[in-house]
Amino acid sequence: MAIRALIVDDSSVMRKIVERSLRQAGINLSDVFQAGNGAEALGVLKASPVDLILCDINMPVMDGLEFIKQLPEVENAKGVPVVMITTEGSEAHVVQALSAGARGYIRKPFTPEQVKEHVVPVLAGKS
Amino acid sequence: MKATNDLLAIDGGHANWVPLLEMAAREVFELMLGCQLSESPAVDESTLDVTAMVGLAGRMCGLLSVRCNGKAAALMASKMLGVPLGKVGSEVADAMGEVCNMIAGNFKNKVSGLAEGCMLSPPTVITGSNYSLHSLADSPAVEIRMMFEQLPLVISLQIHS
Repeated sequence: MAIRALIVDDSSVMRKIVERSLRQAGINLSDVFQAGNGAEALGVLKASPVDLILCDINMPVMDGLEFIKQLPEVENAKGVPVVMITTEGSEAHVVQALSAGARGYIRKPFTPEQVKEHVVPVLAGKS
Repeated sequence: MKATNDLLAIDGGHANWVPLLEMAAREVFELMLGCQLSESPAVDESTLDVTAMVGLAGRMCGLLSVRCNGKAAALMASKMLGVPLGKVGSEVADAMGEVCNMIAGNFKNKVSGLAEGCMLSPPTVITGSNYSLHSLADSPAVEIRMMFEQLPLVISLQIHS
Protein backbone atom coordinates (compact mmCIF):
# COMPACT_ATOMS: atom_id res chain seq x y z
CA MET A 1 0.00 0.00 0.00
CA ALA A 2 1.29 3.47 -0.86
CA ILE A 3 1.42 5.90 2.00
CA ARG A 4 1.43 9.67 2.37
CA ALA A 5 4.23 10.96 4.59
CA LEU A 6 4.88 14.33 6.21
CA ILE A 7 8.54 15.09 7.00
CA VAL A 8 9.17 17.94 9.45
CA ASP A 9 12.73 19.25 9.83
CA ASP A 10 14.26 22.72 9.60
CA SER A 11 16.96 21.37 7.28
CA SER A 12 15.84 20.78 3.69
CA VAL A 13 18.85 18.47 3.21
CA MET A 14 17.70 16.36 6.16
CA ARG A 15 14.14 16.22 4.81
CA LYS A 16 15.51 14.84 1.53
CA ILE A 17 17.67 12.30 3.38
CA VAL A 18 14.68 11.11 5.42
CA GLU A 19 12.58 10.75 2.25
CA ARG A 20 15.37 8.80 0.53
CA SER A 21 15.79 6.59 3.61
CA LEU A 22 12.06 5.78 3.59
CA ARG A 23 12.26 4.79 -0.06
CA GLN A 24 15.43 2.75 0.56
CA ALA A 25 13.60 1.04 3.42
CA GLY A 26 11.11 -0.21 0.83
CA ILE A 27 8.27 2.03 1.97
CA ASN A 28 6.01 2.88 -0.95
CA LEU A 29 5.36 6.62 -0.83
CA SER A 30 2.51 8.09 -2.86
CA ASP A 31 2.92 11.65 -1.56
CA VAL A 32 5.62 13.33 0.51
CA PHE A 33 4.79 16.62 2.22
CA GLN A 34 7.48 18.72 3.88
CA ALA A 35 7.52 21.38 6.59
CA GLY A 36 10.34 23.38 8.19
CA ASN A 37 8.85 23.52 11.70
CA GLY A 38 5.87 22.38 13.77
CA ALA A 39 3.66 25.36 12.94
CA GLU A 40 4.15 24.84 9.20
CA ALA A 41 3.45 21.15 9.66
CA LEU A 42 0.12 21.86 11.39
CA GLY A 43 -0.80 24.00 8.38
CA VAL A 44 0.11 21.21 5.97
CA LEU A 45 -1.96 18.71 7.96
CA LYS A 46 -5.04 20.92 7.93
CA ALA A 47 -4.99 20.78 4.12
CA SER A 48 -3.63 17.29 3.49
CA PRO A 49 -4.26 14.04 5.35
CA VAL A 50 -1.21 11.82 5.80
CA ASP A 51 -0.48 8.28 7.02
CA LEU A 52 2.88 8.87 8.72
CA ILE A 53 4.74 11.81 10.25
CA LEU A 54 8.52 11.96 10.77
CA CYS A 55 9.55 14.88 12.91
CA ASP A 56 12.69 16.54 14.27
CA ILE A 57 12.66 17.97 17.81
CA ASN A 58 14.87 21.08 17.69
CA MET A 59 13.27 23.49 15.24
CA PRO A 60 12.53 27.22 15.24
CA VAL A 61 9.01 28.67 15.67
CA MET A 62 7.50 25.42 17.02
CA ASP A 63 9.60 22.47 18.11
CA GLY A 64 8.72 18.83 17.56
CA LEU A 65 7.49 18.14 21.09
CA GLU A 66 5.07 21.08 21.01
CA PHE A 67 3.94 19.96 17.55
CA ILE A 68 2.99 16.46 18.64
CA LYS A 69 1.19 17.84 21.70
CA GLN A 70 -1.01 19.88 19.33
CA LEU A 71 -1.72 17.02 16.91
CA PRO A 72 -4.85 15.70 18.67
CA GLU A 73 -6.56 19.00 17.83
CA VAL A 74 -6.02 18.47 14.09
CA GLU A 75 -8.72 16.34 12.48
CA ASN A 76 -6.43 14.99 9.73
CA ALA A 77 -3.80 13.93 12.27
CA LYS A 78 -5.96 11.76 14.54
CA GLY A 79 -4.38 8.31 14.85
CA VAL A 80 -1.51 9.18 12.54
CA PRO A 81 1.73 7.67 13.89
CA VAL A 82 4.64 10.02 14.58
CA VAL A 83 8.29 8.95 14.60
CA MET A 84 10.83 11.43 15.95
CA ILE A 85 14.19 11.79 14.13
CA THR A 86 16.56 13.93 16.16
CA THR A 87 20.07 14.55 17.45
CA GLU A 88 18.67 14.63 21.00
CA GLY A 89 19.66 11.28 22.45
CA SER A 90 18.85 11.47 26.14
CA GLU A 91 16.41 9.09 27.80
CA ALA A 92 14.53 12.14 29.06
CA HIS A 93 13.86 13.28 25.49
CA VAL A 94 12.75 9.78 24.46
CA VAL A 95 10.36 9.57 27.43
CA GLN A 96 9.05 13.10 26.74
CA ALA A 97 8.44 12.28 23.08
CA LEU A 98 6.77 8.94 23.73
CA SER A 99 4.64 10.46 26.52
CA ALA A 100 3.54 13.20 24.14
CA GLY A 101 2.34 10.61 21.64
CA ALA A 102 5.32 9.68 19.44
CA ARG A 103 5.38 6.01 18.42
CA GLY A 104 9.05 5.78 17.50
CA TYR A 105 12.35 7.53 18.13
CA ILE A 106 15.37 7.55 15.80
CA ARG A 107 18.64 9.24 16.77
CA LYS A 108 20.70 11.11 14.17
CA PRO A 109 23.00 9.97 12.66
CA PHE A 110 20.98 7.04 11.34
CA THR A 111 20.99 4.45 8.56
CA PRO A 112 18.12 3.52 6.20
CA GLU A 113 18.05 0.17 8.04
CA GLN A 114 17.33 1.97 11.32
CA VAL A 115 14.55 3.93 9.64
CA LYS A 116 13.06 0.66 8.39
CA GLU A 117 13.41 -0.95 11.85
CA HIS A 118 11.47 1.86 13.50
CA VAL A 119 8.97 2.84 10.82
CA VAL A 120 7.76 -0.50 9.44
CA PRO A 121 6.37 -1.77 12.79
CA VAL A 122 4.74 1.60 13.40
CA LEU A 123 3.00 1.45 10.00
CA ALA A 124 1.94 -2.11 10.71
CA GLY A 125 0.43 -0.93 13.99
CA LYS A 126 2.78 -3.05 16.06
CA SER A 127 4.41 -0.26 18.01
CA MET B 1 22.99 19.74 37.97
CA LYS B 2 26.58 19.15 36.88
CA ALA B 3 28.44 22.05 35.35
CA THR B 4 31.25 21.80 32.81
CA ASN B 5 33.95 21.56 35.47
CA ASP B 6 32.18 18.60 37.11
CA LEU B 7 31.83 16.89 33.73
CA LEU B 8 35.52 17.43 33.09
CA ALA B 9 36.37 15.91 36.46
CA ILE B 10 34.17 12.86 35.85
CA ASP B 11 35.51 12.25 32.38
CA GLY B 12 39.13 13.04 33.20
CA GLY B 13 39.30 16.38 31.39
CA HIS B 14 39.65 17.48 27.80
CA ALA B 15 42.09 14.79 26.72
CA ASN B 16 39.46 12.10 27.19
CA TRP B 17 37.04 14.00 25.02
CA VAL B 18 39.27 13.83 21.92
CA PRO B 19 38.45 10.17 21.12
CA LEU B 20 34.76 10.82 21.83
CA LEU B 21 34.72 13.76 19.43
CA GLU B 22 36.56 11.69 16.83
CA MET B 23 34.12 8.79 17.25
CA ALA B 24 31.17 11.17 17.00
CA ALA B 25 32.52 12.61 13.74
CA ARG B 26 33.42 9.22 12.26
CA GLU B 27 29.92 7.88 12.94
CA VAL B 28 28.25 10.86 11.27
CA PHE B 29 30.36 10.48 8.14
CA GLU B 30 29.96 6.70 8.00
CA LEU B 31 26.21 6.60 8.59
CA MET B 32 25.04 9.75 6.81
CA LEU B 33 27.63 10.18 4.04
CA GLY B 34 28.72 6.56 3.57
CA CYS B 35 32.44 7.31 3.84
CA GLN B 36 35.30 6.88 6.28
CA LEU B 37 37.33 9.71 7.74
CA SER B 38 41.06 9.05 7.83
CA GLU B 39 43.97 10.41 9.84
CA SER B 40 45.20 13.77 8.69
CA PRO B 41 48.72 14.95 8.05
CA ALA B 42 49.46 18.61 8.78
CA VAL B 43 46.68 20.88 7.56
CA ASP B 44 47.13 24.27 5.91
CA GLU B 45 44.28 25.97 7.75
CA SER B 46 44.33 29.00 5.47
CA THR B 47 42.63 26.87 2.79
CA LEU B 48 39.63 26.09 5.01
CA ASP B 49 37.09 28.62 3.87
CA VAL B 50 33.80 27.08 4.98
CA THR B 51 33.00 27.05 8.70
CA ALA B 52 29.90 25.54 10.29
CA MET B 53 29.24 26.29 13.96
CA VAL B 54 26.82 25.05 16.60
CA GLY B 55 26.62 26.59 20.06
CA LEU B 56 26.19 24.55 23.21
CA ALA B 57 24.47 25.92 26.29
CA GLY B 58 23.42 24.52 29.65
CA ARG B 59 25.55 21.98 31.50
CA MET B 60 28.30 22.75 29.02
CA CYS B 61 28.68 26.06 27.25
CA GLY B 62 30.81 26.29 24.17
CA LEU B 63 31.03 26.18 20.42
CA LEU B 64 31.60 23.25 18.08
CA SER B 65 32.93 24.12 14.65
CA VAL B 66 33.64 22.13 11.51
CA ARG B 67 36.01 23.73 8.99
CA CYS B 68 36.86 22.56 5.49
CA ASN B 69 37.32 23.96 2.00
CA GLY B 70 34.54 24.63 -0.50
CA LYS B 71 35.17 21.43 -2.44
CA ALA B 72 34.85 19.31 0.70
CA ALA B 73 31.66 21.14 1.70
CA ALA B 74 30.13 20.54 -1.74
CA LEU B 75 31.21 16.89 -1.61
CA MET B 76 29.50 16.49 1.76
CA ALA B 77 26.26 17.88 0.33
CA SER B 78 26.62 15.64 -2.72
CA LYS B 79 27.05 12.52 -0.58
CA MET B 80 24.26 13.43 1.82
CA LEU B 81 21.80 14.11 -0.99
CA GLY B 82 22.99 11.26 -3.20
CA VAL B 83 23.43 13.54 -6.21
CA PRO B 84 26.47 14.17 -8.42
CA LEU B 85 28.88 16.88 -7.24
CA GLY B 86 27.97 19.09 -10.21
CA LYS B 87 24.28 19.07 -9.26
CA VAL B 88 24.83 20.49 -5.77
CA GLY B 89 23.81 24.11 -5.35
CA SER B 90 22.37 26.10 -2.49
CA GLU B 91 22.17 23.04 -0.23
CA VAL B 92 25.89 23.20 0.65
CA ALA B 93 25.50 25.45 3.70
CA ASP B 94 22.48 23.50 4.94
CA ALA B 95 24.41 20.22 4.58
CA MET B 96 27.48 21.60 6.40
CA GLY B 97 25.26 22.91 9.18
CA GLU B 98 23.59 19.54 9.57
CA VAL B 99 26.93 17.71 9.68
CA CYS B 100 28.07 20.07 12.44
CA ASN B 101 24.76 19.70 14.28
CA MET B 102 24.90 15.89 14.15
CA ILE B 103 28.53 15.79 15.33
CA ALA B 104 27.65 18.09 18.25
CA GLY B 105 24.59 16.02 19.16
CA ASN B 106 26.39 12.71 18.78
CA PHE B 107 29.30 14.00 20.88
CA LYS B 108 27.12 15.22 23.74
CA ASN B 109 25.26 11.90 23.73
CA LYS B 110 28.60 10.15 24.34
CA VAL B 111 29.70 12.27 27.31
CA SER B 112 28.31 11.06 30.60
CA GLY B 113 25.85 13.60 32.00
CA LEU B 114 25.79 15.80 28.91
CA ALA B 115 22.97 14.29 26.83
CA GLU B 116 20.45 15.92 29.14
CA GLY B 117 20.60 19.58 29.99
CA CYS B 118 22.88 20.67 27.17
CA MET B 119 21.10 22.39 24.32
CA LEU B 120 22.33 22.97 20.79
CA SER B 121 21.79 26.16 18.83
CA PRO B 122 20.70 26.08 15.19
CA PRO B 123 23.82 25.86 13.00
CA THR B 124 25.50 28.90 11.46
CA VAL B 125 27.69 28.63 8.38
CA ILE B 126 30.36 31.14 7.34
CA THR B 127 31.98 31.09 3.91
CA GLY B 128 35.33 32.82 3.43
CA SER B 129 38.47 32.61 5.52
CA ASN B 130 39.26 36.25 6.24
CA TYR B 131 37.75 36.44 9.71
CA SER B 132 38.81 36.08 13.33
CA LEU B 133 36.81 34.04 15.79
CA HIS B 134 36.75 35.48 19.31
CA SER B 135 35.34 32.82 21.59
CA LEU B 136 34.61 33.19 25.29
CA ALA B 137 36.22 29.79 25.77
CA ASP B 138 38.45 29.63 28.81
CA SER B 139 39.93 26.18 28.25
CA PRO B 140 42.11 24.85 25.46
CA ALA B 141 40.01 23.64 22.52
CA VAL B 142 39.37 19.95 21.93
CA GLU B 143 40.41 19.64 18.30
CA ILE B 144 40.71 16.84 15.76
CA ARG B 145 42.13 16.96 12.25
CA MET B 146 40.86 14.41 9.79
CA MET B 147 40.81 13.77 6.06
CA PHE B 148 37.50 13.49 4.21
CA GLU B 149 38.00 12.06 0.70
CA GLN B 150 41.61 13.36 0.79
CA LEU B 151 40.40 16.81 1.82
CA PRO B 152 41.25 18.30 5.22
CA LEU B 153 38.67 18.75 7.93
CA VAL B 154 39.19 20.42 11.31
CA ILE B 155 36.64 19.86 14.07
CA SER B 156 37.03 21.99 17.15
CA LEU B 157 35.18 22.25 20.45
CA GLN B 158 35.76 25.51 22.35
CA ILE B 159 34.62 25.20 25.94
CA HIS B 160 33.48 27.90 28.29
CA SER B 161 33.23 26.60 31.82
